Amino acid sequence: MSTVAKAVAATLPLEQDQLDSLTALGQVLPPDALLWSSGYLAGIAAARASAQDAPTSPVATNAPRLTILFGSQTGNGQRLAEDLAVQAAQRSVNARVVNLSDYRPADIRREKAIALIVSTHGEGEPPDDAEALYDFLMSERAPRLESLVFSVLGLGDSSYAQFCQTGIDFDARLAELGATRLADRVDCDTDFAEPAAAWADVTLQAAANVATPVATAPILHAVKTPLFSAERPFASQLVVNQKITGRDSTKDVRHIEFDIDGSGLTYEPGDALGIHVANPPALVSELCEVLGLDSSAAVGDSTLAAALSDTFEITVASRAFVDRYAALTGNAELARLLEDDQRQTLAAYLAERQIVDIVREHPSLPTAAEFLACLRPLKPRLYSIASSPLVSNAEIAITVAAVRYEAYGRAHWGAASTHLADQRQPGDSVSIYVEPNPRFRLPTDPTLPIIMVGPGTGVAPFRAFLEHRDASGAGGDNWLFFGDRESREDFLYQLDWARYRKRGVLTRMDVAFSRDQTAKIYVQDRLREHGTDVFAWLQRGAHLYVCGDATSMAPDVHAALIDIVATGLGDDRAAAEDYVKQLKRDGRYQRDVY
Amino acid sequence: MNDSESKPLSDVERIKSASQHLRGTLVESLADPLTGAIADDDTQLSKFHGIYQQDDRDIRQERRKQRLEPAFSFMIRARIPGGRMTPAQWLAFDAIGRRYGNDSVRVTTRQAVQFHGVIKRRLKTTMQAINTSLLDTLAACGDVNRNVMAPANPATSPAFAAVQAAAQSMSDHLCPRTNAYHEVWLDKEKLIDTADEVEPIYGKTYLPRKFKAAFVIPPDNDVDVYSQDLGFVAVVEAGQLVGFNVMVGGGMGMSHGEPETYPRLASTIGFCRPAAVNAVAAAVVTTQRDFGDRTNRKHARLKYTIDTHGLAWFRDEVNRRLDEPLEAAREVRFTHTGDRYGWQQASDGSWQHTFFVENGRVADSESQQLLSAMREIASLNAGAFILTPNQNVIVAGLNDAERREVAALIAKYNLSSDSVSALRAHSLACVGFPTCGLAMAESERYMPELVTKVDALLDKHGVADVPIVARMTGCPNGCARPYLAEIGLVGKAPGRYNLLLGASFNGDRLNRLYKENIDETEILATLDELFAGFASQRHAAESFGDFLHRSGRLTRSGTPTDFHSPQAVTR
Repeated sequence: MSTVAKAVAATLPLEQDQLDSLTALGQVLPPDALLWSSGYLAGIAAARASAQDAPTSPVATNAPRLTILFGSQTGNGQRLAEDLAVQAAQRSVNARVVNLSDYRPADIRREKAIALIVSTHGEGEPPDDAEALYDFLMSERAPRLESLVFSVLGLGDSSYAQFCQTGIDFDARLAELGATRLADRVDCDTDFAEPAAAWADVTLQAAANVATPVATAPILHAVKTPLFSAERPFASQLVVNQKITGRDSTKDVRHIEFDIDGSGLTYEPGDALGIHVANPPALVSELCEVLGLDSSAAVGDSTLAAALSDTFEITVASRAFVDRYAALTGNAELARLLEDDQRQTLAAYLAERQIVDIVREHPSLPTAAEFLACLRPLKPRLYSIASSPLVSNAEIAITVAAVRYEAYGRAHWGAASTHLADQRQPGDSVSIYVEPNPRFRLPTDPTLPIIMVGPGTGVAPFRAFLEHRDASGAGGDNWLFFGDRESREDFLYQLDWARYRKRGVLTRMDVAFSRDQTAKIYVQDRLREHGTDVFAWLQRGAHLYVCGDATSMAPDVHAALIDIVATGLGDDRAAAEDYVKQLKRDGRYQRDVY
Repeated sequence: MNDSESKPLSDVERIKSASQHLRGTLVESLADPLTGAIADDDTQLSKFHGIYQQDDRDIRQERRKQRLEPAFSFMIRARIPGGRMTPAQWLAFDAIGRRYGNDSVRVTTRQAVQFHGVIKRRLKTTMQAINTSLLDTLAACGDVNRNVMAPANPATSPAFAAVQAAAQSMSDHLCPRTNAYHEVWLDKEKLIDTADEVEPIYGKTYLPRKFKAAFVIPPDNDVDVYSQDLGFVAVVEAGQLVGFNVMVGGGMGMSHGEPETYPRLASTIGFCRPAAVNAVAAAVVTTQRDFGDRTNRKHARLKYTIDTHGLAWFRDEVNRRLDEPLEAAREVRFTHTGDRYGWQQASDGSWQHTFFVENGRVADSESQQLLSAMREIASLNAGAFILTPNQNVIVAGLNDAERREVAALIAKYNLSSDSVSALRAHSLACVGFPTCGLAMAESERYMPELVTKVDALLDKHGVADVPIVARMTGCPNGCARPYLAEIGLVGKAPGRYNLLLGASFNGDRLNRLYKENIDETEILATLDELFAGFASQRHAAESFGDFLHRSGRLTRSGTPTDFHSPQAVTR
């Protein structure tokens, strides 16, 4: 061992032999593997730490002064929280990071300063992780918080009506309870990097004035550094692009597999796959034409066409776009949509239109640079992984519904879905990375039963779950609820389910095909139909998973669940609400909805 | 009995035996929402209820890639003894076909009706609709006596009604007695103990294989009586039915490359009085029940039982089961198998019209609105609809006023068969692709265009007006009785057929394999050469099949090798 290493060892929490092993590894592993290992080890540390913290999250006497709380369905909240912790350490602000799902709401009384990073879901609802604290603060039991200082960062998507509503709610309620703002709330759209960084800066500056400087070295913070990320994706080869709806289906759903053999890319069932996509070429040319711009015009080192194809979001219209485009064009009609009383109107307006529709309706002749300044960056798309690494670690599968529709006299395409379905064939390269989803995991106890509700492409992670439970020999019962339009055309992965049923892995499966009969039947109807059994499964410890549409399916399933539990508890609705909340807290009711 | 006792029974015997008189798990299969299919064992039992599970073979591969199960659907065959329906029943079937079954009504070569493409969740509703029309599907398929055939043309004989009645009576006599049909499809109360149920003629394992019976009135041989397991040939003296010659052991089915399988003509074993028909039928059926080969389904038809034991033994066994033994057979003579199209007047003065239905498919197409036309005719509620063994439809029993109304509709829908060529008028094709699970090559979808091409050759040689019986099947099982065709085409692979030639025009002589596994080009080239000889050397009124034999172009050995060794070498 070198002198340097010895000196280091004196300050490290390692025994000599442990340090030797680590040093030896450091000498044999290539740089990539070292990088990966650091993330791996950090991940283990984080998992242990949260496992120890989970039940009580004690605020000890030497507690950090800034508690960074995050709650979000994707990994964005966690990443921002961890970044904030690192920056805090750099500024000698004693901080700790806690996932809201592990946070005991009553502990808020003892906090001195909090930075809250929270996303918004569905119709302005808090993400599952944040629900306990949200309910606690909104209730009459909420304590006065005069001694608390706080700062809220909202995460959202301005194409939805209730943009960043949960952040707004927390911010307003904390102030109402007497707490003082460290910094003004910031609402982030999907291109959150810049505003989030600005918020972090202001927040930490203010926190430094309040919080006690750290006396000792900054705590080792577990920053997970995966081998691949959105910023550093893996260039995989697409190996399968197979339509899995029938020829008479109204939908085009694809089973897509990527070759990840030897990449070091690892994942667990429940994780999502991030995919870098390009916009449909036809849409790019159409937009140039409508704008009266030459698609080959130079933009930086590249062309306008390339920028519109690869760099900027042009399929989803957002509030931010309307804002900037209205300013650019001085269009009063668009500006009117941005006023506070127009939220619903704007949401409906955006839901029906892509950017090209808005430009067509309100034509202008901007320069390329002016127009690009109105756009958000093109973000990678996330898809639930539909395969288990236990079955094949050489391929990774996703399920993609190609979005194509006619509106306003022209064809519309979704960027990612049609990019994959139409433009990428076996052999083509696609940039991917794994987006971990630790809030959507199979029970660690393989003997526990699970109930999966996944209509449409929401069934994707459950294919991964079943593959995983089959391959690992997990003994627990598995019950799948699936639904779609027509059984003959839209029974996604029908042959797979048949095989798992035959093998006894799929204990039960109930289906709801809305167009097979005159009356529309959906998964929530099937849940209610079998409510007694669903409740019995929950009583014997079942974990319940819901994946798919957040707008109507997930709330409908949730309502059905409350009814089912209420019936099971002797028509006690209040008890049912508590029961379901407890399921959530226990990690037994997990949702991956979008 | 033979050595079959030492061999294991075929799997279908196990299924029948365990089925509790054809119930199996049909109820559970129908209720399973995860598949459009029924359980494997139930696919054998459903046949006894008149239902075949099929799938769209055009898209089978495509759906496998789509991770979807095959596009399962069901063919439902209604049992219609003698093909006789009321106009109201036709209207009911028309509605069922349009609502549940591919927008068509398919007339079969056994005077039944098939609905194709019925999906599982509509199966029960369809079955109930058929039942409401006062027809059913019980025993339309399966190892039982199937739809009993009878002469279609009322104008042929004053004994027509008496023969129809005998056919109906025998059909009723041999119908299975199980309550399963009513429980599964019609929601009738379940028997508490099915062990008490008795099948007096069949027993609990029914017959070793399918069983086909027909009645016929010479000189018409429209039912192809020589192809039947059991045939009753009417003997009419001075306009009165005096009895029937009894024929046994006919059958078409064979398998490619298995020389122990072969088509066989029925043999005459005697004569019975009209009152003895049901007893004779039961005696033949129970002899087959007791002695048929239950170890090998390809060797289980009555024809093999007779060839294994000998015809004399068989006659003695049947006589042993009868109160009165069979009498000596009477002299009969057949002249043709085809239908007479257009208007005819029956002996009672009523009118009838025979409609040409190409390959039995009653449907609306761009060229002809046949389904609509037949619906409008049925709406007149006049006379009766009779389905013919040649897949055509006769509307019979019309008075003068009704005749005029039908004639107007024939004109309106342009249904005259005058422009139908002699060859097409005598052609048959089975269903084949895409629904039939047995098909190896196209049949119904291809036959019309092939006929057009063959007609062009006949025309070229100046013999287009000579009627020639031409039949195509997509496999060697023989639904369209291809071994009794002057030109028979039996599918071997997509686009390839065995060409069989030389059956008689009246259906009493089998054809033989002429060329094996040939494509359209070679089919046409071969026929072109033979037609040239036929045109130049034909004797007066000589049929094509007879010509091939007389001119020495074709020789038969009368043994199964006729169907396994081609006479001519394929180029």
